[in-house]
Amino acid sequence: MLTIKNLESGYAQLRVLKNISLHVRPGEIVTIIGANGAGKTTLVHVVAGLLRPWHGELLFQGEDITHTSPEAMATLGCVLVPEGRQVFASMNVEDNLLLGGTTLRRARGTAAVREEMENQYVRFPVLAERRKQLAGTLSGGEQQMLAMARALMARPRLVMMDEPSTGLAPLIVQEIFTIIAQLRAEGNTVLLIEQNAKAALEVADRGYVLETGKIILQGKASELLANNDVQRAYLGREQIG
Amino acid sequence: MSPELFFQYLVAGITYGAVYAVVAIGFNIIYNSTGIINFAQGEFVMLGGMIAITFAQWLPLFWAISAAVAITMLIGALMELCCIRWLRNPGILQMLIITIGVSILLREAALHIWGEGIRSLPYFYGDAITAWTFGPVRLSPQVIWVLLACGCIVLALQAFFNRSALGREMRACAVNRTAASLCGIKTHNMVTLSFVLSAGMGAMAGCMISPITYTQYDSGASLALKGFTAAIIGGLGNSMAAVAAGLLLGILEAFSITVVPLAFQDAVAVTLLLLILFIKPHGLFGSSEAARLKAF
Ligand SMILES: Nc1ncnc2c1ncn2[C@@H]1O[C@H](COP(=O)(O)OP(=O)(O)O)[C@@H](O)[C@H]1O
Ligand SMILES: [Mg+2]
Repeated sequence: MLTIKNLESGYAQLRVLKNISLHVRPGEIVTIIGANGAGKTTLVHVVAGLLRPWHGELLFQGEDITHTSPEAMATLGCVLVPEGRQVFASMNVEDNLLLGGTTLRRARGTAAVREEMENQYVRFPVLAERRKQLAGTLSGGEQQMLAMARALMARPRLVMMDEPSTGLAPLIVQEIFTIIAQLRAEGNTVLLIEQNAKAALEVADRGYVLETGKIILQGKASELLANNDVQRAYLGREQIG
Repeated sequence: MSPELFFQYLVAGITYGAVYAVVAIGFNIIYNSTGIINFAQGEFVMLGGMIAITFAQWLPLFWAISAAVAITMLIGALMELCCIRWLRNPGILQMLIITIGVSILLREAALHIWGEGIRSLPYFYGDAITAWTFGPVRLSPQVIWVLLACGCIVLALQAFFNRSALGREMRACAVNRTAASLCGIKTHNMVTLSFVLSAGMGAMAGCMISPITYTQYDSGASLALKGFTAAIIGGLGNSMAAVAAGLLLGILEAFSITVVPLAFQDAVAVTLLLLILFIKPHGLFGSSEAARLKAF
């Protein structure tokens, strides 16, 4: 589905990503965990087309996406649920969802968008109750669900989620991860970026550990969960903090 | 003041105010999609008037105006395509200076094409002295035309932004451009579209006002100033408030004649603009909170 080879990128003079290689297969949940500032967001921004790669190769479904714009990536079926949700705050829930369906509308027409919106209301009943409410007035958890629903409106092949659980109450976090697991059960492919390593590894099939722009560990999620280094660096700290 | 005079001033104020409102909406549309004030907005107004006057020699008035609006929209699109789009990471200042440059260019071009002469479009119905009488009020048919046209423009624009998919996408770009591009919206095209719409608004205002004032190669500046004042009073970016602010400005201007000499009428807008900027920079109807929520 997604293949990244020897990727290097960053901002102006600052090289953030160093020689990153990873892949995501269809139907998998792959997680990338790492501390704050490791370069996780930078990585998904490069894939989403928001940031140019300096070097390396990016393939999505066998197609070269090294120089593809964010609009084109969405059209190809690779969508990002951005960090900090980024909902259209001054627009209502329904408008947000319809906007998420922009690429679907171009491909299949308005009826398909309406149908998909009803699917999302079934998946996120709380959004159905708030159809006409402005997105900016929703709670953090509801905004996260809206951001996810908006991305899913595109009927994507790959969903990338950047720290969907950050800043949310434990109960909501649990709900979010339940939904992610449910997405895989429906056959979706997910690239999950998380600081909450334990929850992410529990839901994922495979994982990569990113540290200061390099992948230092990779493997099956269950193996990473059991790995001593991971436990010390990412799981232990969570139990204390 | 006699009731007749009062209504006369009021009607004149509302008429001019409606045109200011349309110019203000033009400012707001580009402001919402790019974050800049388009200094060439006044030139769109002038071009609309000038082109319509030229075409009116050969075409019926309706078609002359339609052609003028269409051509001005094209110029707006070209302005964005040639001057703004290719900028990589356009800074606000950079874009501002470009619009000032385009404004000078358009004015000089108009001077070359049409010369310094003062022209005006014929009245849409009747002429300068035709009047309909309603009780104490005597109305020029042109006033009705202007109000009708402005009303239709505002309603059509509201419908476009709130009901159509394209309008929704434009709003999304104004609210959060990154998120809009992640939704697959072609944000560059939305910016072009905002220049097209804005140029169209300006051109229509130019055509409507031309019969009651005049059009000259540099007449855009004064209307742009009034429109800009209305946009600021309403709170930049908020078009419905701009309509109210435009009407308010027009009415204040009209009644100012009773207090200050006619020659100072233009000073009303500038005074009001400065006052607002000093006292309530987010606009009469806005707050700093609302200023961040852009609404067309
Ligand atoms: N827009 C930016 N401009 C310059 N440097 C940035 C920018 N965004 C992030 N960085 C830097 O890139 C590094 C990685 O950031 P990021 O990808 O956001 O990390 P993470 O998502 O893992 O917390 C950090 O050192 C950060 O300071
Ligand atoms: Mg991040």
